[in-house]
Amino acid sequence: MALKTENPAAVPINGGTDLMVEINFARRRPASLLDLSHLDVLRRWRKSNGTVELGAGVTYTDVLEHLSSDLPALAIASRTVGSPQIRNRGTIAGNLATASPAGDAHPPLLATRAMVRVESMRGVREVPIGGFFAGPKRNVLEPDELIRSVVVPSARGPQQFSKVGTRNAMVIAVVSFALAIDVPNRHVGTGIGSAAPTPIEAVDAAAYLDHELARGGYWDEHRELPEGMEDRFGELVAAAARPIDDVRGSAPYRVHALRVMARRTLRWAWSALATDGSRAD
Amino acid sequence: MEAVLIELTVNGRRRTAENVWAGESLLYVLRERLGLRGSKDACEQGECGSCSVYLNGDLVCSCLVSAGQAHGAEVLTIEGLADGESLHPIQQAYVSEGAVQCGFCTPGLILATHCLLDANSDPSDDEIREALAGNLCRCTGYEKIVTAVRLAALEMAVR
Repeated sequence: MALKTENPAAVPINGGTDLMVEINFARRRPASLLDLSHLDVLRRWRKSNGTVELGAGVTYTDVLEHLSSDLPALAIASRTVGSPQIRNRGTIAGNLATASPAGDAHPPLLATRAMVRVESMRGVREVPIGGFFAGPKRNVLEPDELIRSVVVPSARGPQQFSKVGTRNAMVIAVVSFALAIDVPNRHVGTGIGSAAPTPIEAVDAAAYLDHELARGGYWDEHRELPEGMEDRFGELVAAAARPIDDVRGSAPYRVHALRVMARRTLRWAWSALATDGSRAD
Repeated sequence: MEAVLIELTVNGRRRTAENVWAGESLLYVLRERLGLRGSKDACEQGECGSCSVYLNGDLVCSCLVSAGQAHGAEVLTIEGLADGESLHPIQQAYVSEGAVQCGFCTPGLILATHCLLDANSDPSDDEIREALAGNLCRCTGYEKIVTAVRLAALEMAVR
């Protein structure tokens, strides 16, 4: 932290899966690099009080191999990242630092309302994920700050993640969507990737679902969802998007795909709950 | 960034590289400073896997590791796989099955295969395809590569 304070221009590097591309292509020539990959303390995760705190060095491989039952949506998303080589190096915190609208970890972190723990010599502050992204590839980190960890609530119900790309590996999401059912709190969390200047929640869609599920008594008994609810949810998720046309896909395609993905992830996640036969207390 | 001295262990041997720019890649250090040209330089963005090496036991794209990060590390490259003149069973399987055409992608694919079989001695075709998803081949169409991985798994199980 002292090094970063003395030398705020030093660029932190951990997995290097984003930064090294920029350096290799001479798009960026940092005056100095601050290597975090040797700090073993950052490579750890800690479970407590219904959360998992992921140190800034925790990789996608770590999440999908060790945390798939605690953090299912993040684990599914991690499995879609790049290739084994990329997942072995890339970190969840690095995804946040790069803050691409297409970052695969972001929709699950939004859907589960994760919190980013940010540190500098001035102290530690906690930034709710919803307030972390400031624009395309921009976040709210100050020049002297580094990401210390990401605190993610452990699953309190089924979760899903879906991503559209041109093949099953090595793709930047054309569009992505995460959904997390929080059974005890009677809430469905959402996260949209690659369809707005930053990753976003589908606020109206989540509010609609929370209201309808409560009104119909679906939290008391996990029956199959009535006709039309999945469709309406899909429409509201699609309506939350503010996509652009780019090389990976057109804006209308992204909106269309989001509608389908929202509908499907809701069906998958809710049917896991319904077939579970579990009843809420 | 200033030039630095890098010390690392490559294929069991202590190596040093002088006047290294800390932002250059491990791939550059291996190829241009240590003369190990088995790891191939193609996309320089982690897309093609032809520069794959083991870094402290993890399969990585060496083009995405900065030289400074490799200081003190243990690296295994394709040059370290054969036992003297006798090929590793994975290398032999690639030769036997005709899974090598131009050969550019082969070192990375062989190390990715090694990493897969190390964790899973009897992988399904889907598991093979997922494990090799980060290694591009523009010649073979992958069929012979998948066959070679199956053969290597069998050969290694017999030993």
